[in-house]
Amino acid sequence: MTKYTDQGKQDTRSGYGAGMTELGRTNPNVVALCADLVGSLKIQTFIDENPDRFFQVGIAEANMMGIAAGMTIGGKIPFASTFANFATGRVYDQIRQSIAYSDKNVKICASHAGVTLGEDGATHQILEDIGLMKMLPGMTVINPCDFNQTKAATLASAKHHGPVYLRFGRPKVANFTPVDQKFEIGKAVLLSEGADVSIIATGHLVWQSLIAAENLKNQGISCEVINIHTIKPLDEKAILDSAKKTGCVVTAEEHNFLGGLGESVARTLAGHHPTPQEFVATKDTFGESGTPDQLMDKYGLNAKAIEAAVHRVIKRK
Amino acid sequence: MADIAELEKLVVQVRRDILRMVHKVNSGHPGGSLGCTEFFVTLYNEIMELKDGFDMDGIGEDIFFLSNGHISPVFYSVLSRRGYFPVEELNTFRLIDSRLQGHPTTHEGLPGVRVASGSLGQGMSVAIGAAQAKKLNNDNHLVFSLHGDGELQEGQNWEAIMYAAGHKVDNLIATIDRNGQQIDGPTEEVMPLGDVSEKFRVFGWDVLEIEDGNDLQQVIDGLNEAKRRTGKGKPVCIVMTTMMGNGVDFMMHTHAWHGKAPNDEQLETALAQNPETLGDY
Repeated sequence: MTKYTDQGKQDTRSGYGAGMTELGRTNPNVVALCADLVGSLKIQTFIDENPDRFFQVGIAEANMMGIAAGMTIGGKIPFASTFANFATGRVYDQIRQSIAYSDKNVKICASHAGVTLGEDGATHQILEDIGLMKMLPGMTVINPCDFNQTKAATLASAKHHGPVYLRFGRPKVANFTPVDQKFEIGKAVLLSEGADVSIIATGHLVWQSLIAAENLKNQGISCEVINIHTIKPLDEKAILDSAKKTGCVVTAEEHNFLGGLGESVARTLAGHHPTPQEFVATKDTFGESGTPDQLMDKYGLNAKAIEAAVHRVIKRK
Repeated sequence: MADIAELEKLVVQVRRDILRMVHKVNSGHPGGSLGCTEFFVTLYNEIMELKDGFDMDGIGEDIFFLSNGHISPVFYSVLSRRGYFPVEELNTFRLIDSRLQGHPTTHEGLPGVRVASGSLGQGMSVAIGAAQAKKLNNDNHLVFSLHGDGELQEGQNWEAIMYAAGHKVDNLIATIDRNGQQIDGPTEEVMPLGDVSEKFRVFGWDVLEIEDGNDLQQVIDGLNEAKRRTGKGKPVCIVMTTMMGNGVDFMMHTHAWHGKAPNDEQLETALAQNPETLGDY
């Protein structure tokens, strides 16, 4: 197996920006919309190079979702971007009726997801967005783990026909997946083979899972680590194959345990291969102000929390 | 020149379609549908440049969005009589497995519909996006939209109204059906809208009014005037006064028929006031 190392810390939102820059140069149908957060979404290069294909909507996210839906009529591929909180909960019905139910080829691109948004606090830290989006029929939900993967996911979203929710974050985190990787929507990535437990993670928690696996290896526990960048459609085969091999599962995500990756995994296991599972996720709570590291620690969303969950779940085998 | 007599025949036939559709399933929205019959008939038969057949992208033709989706009966009737789908399909309105859902959708693939509507206040944003896509495609055709007046109580409209002026979306003609009624009563009692024309004007739109949206000649003249005003840097709004329930005496001058179907006896009375012209479906 490839041994993954940090190639240098970068933010996943910059991966989105890099993806948009490339799409601006390669796909003339791609258009970008933003609700007064251009700097945060890292799309200035796209705007500079393609001013006619950028639409500043102002602080009006509902309108942005409707305009994006309308632009698909005529063959455009709109990437509508803002913070995850304002890209989902605030505009749920606009996404539901004008995009998902109408099967519009809109890419909803959501930065600053989860508690790692940090100091702004709970008003801006959505932990419910994966649940909201995965419940919409026809919606694809993607939560890449690092800069390189976010760029690859952005490019893959443009090629996929249909509504996509692409979720990423604010802080600089380890960039460890291959540059110019092939990104297949709906296909899990096996990062590390193991025999004792399956750690199934998404987003920022994938790197934390690799750290946990390394620490646990020193304690004699062999961990399988799977990166679920696509929560819907879920790669059920990859999950079941691993669970059958290891006999227990830890899911890890920067999201509420209600409605997140963990629940999707649990539904898969319950239906096909009931398996003990522990959830590393927020426990039906809002976040608060703090640094990303402080918040990940306080809310149990880091390697330490994953290691503890592994010890708990192995005892339940 | 428009053949008013022919359009009038179609108007009466569409009224019959609306009444029979909602009666059959004892549900649906006849009031607003009847009020906008002249508008739809004129738009689809006199104003819009349309290609044969239907494709979602609508490049090289004018396109229309219905934002107040609950007046689907008039939309379906006019689409079918314009040839988008067989008129016999009006028989399936609101029935299980039908393409004619209670509110318009794209989900069942009904030709003529480009976005779902029904949850109010979303259509103007969609129309703006489609209008901007036309500009990106160097397609000089127009985008039309229709909105209820009560629907303007939804805040998203005002985001859209601000944006359309700010971005100079001057290939869009948004018509407001100013019938002054909504489910709970007169708009000015439920939530006063005040001077709708002035509101659009101060947001930067070019506004014109159709004083009687149930007078075919006025609707034709108003829509043609609106077309002449496009391409001049401002989005165009038509504030069109209509009578909810128009053409059926007992459905007029009240909001009672906003979302209620006539019973057998009422249907008979209503149809007698609108004798068959082009053949019932």
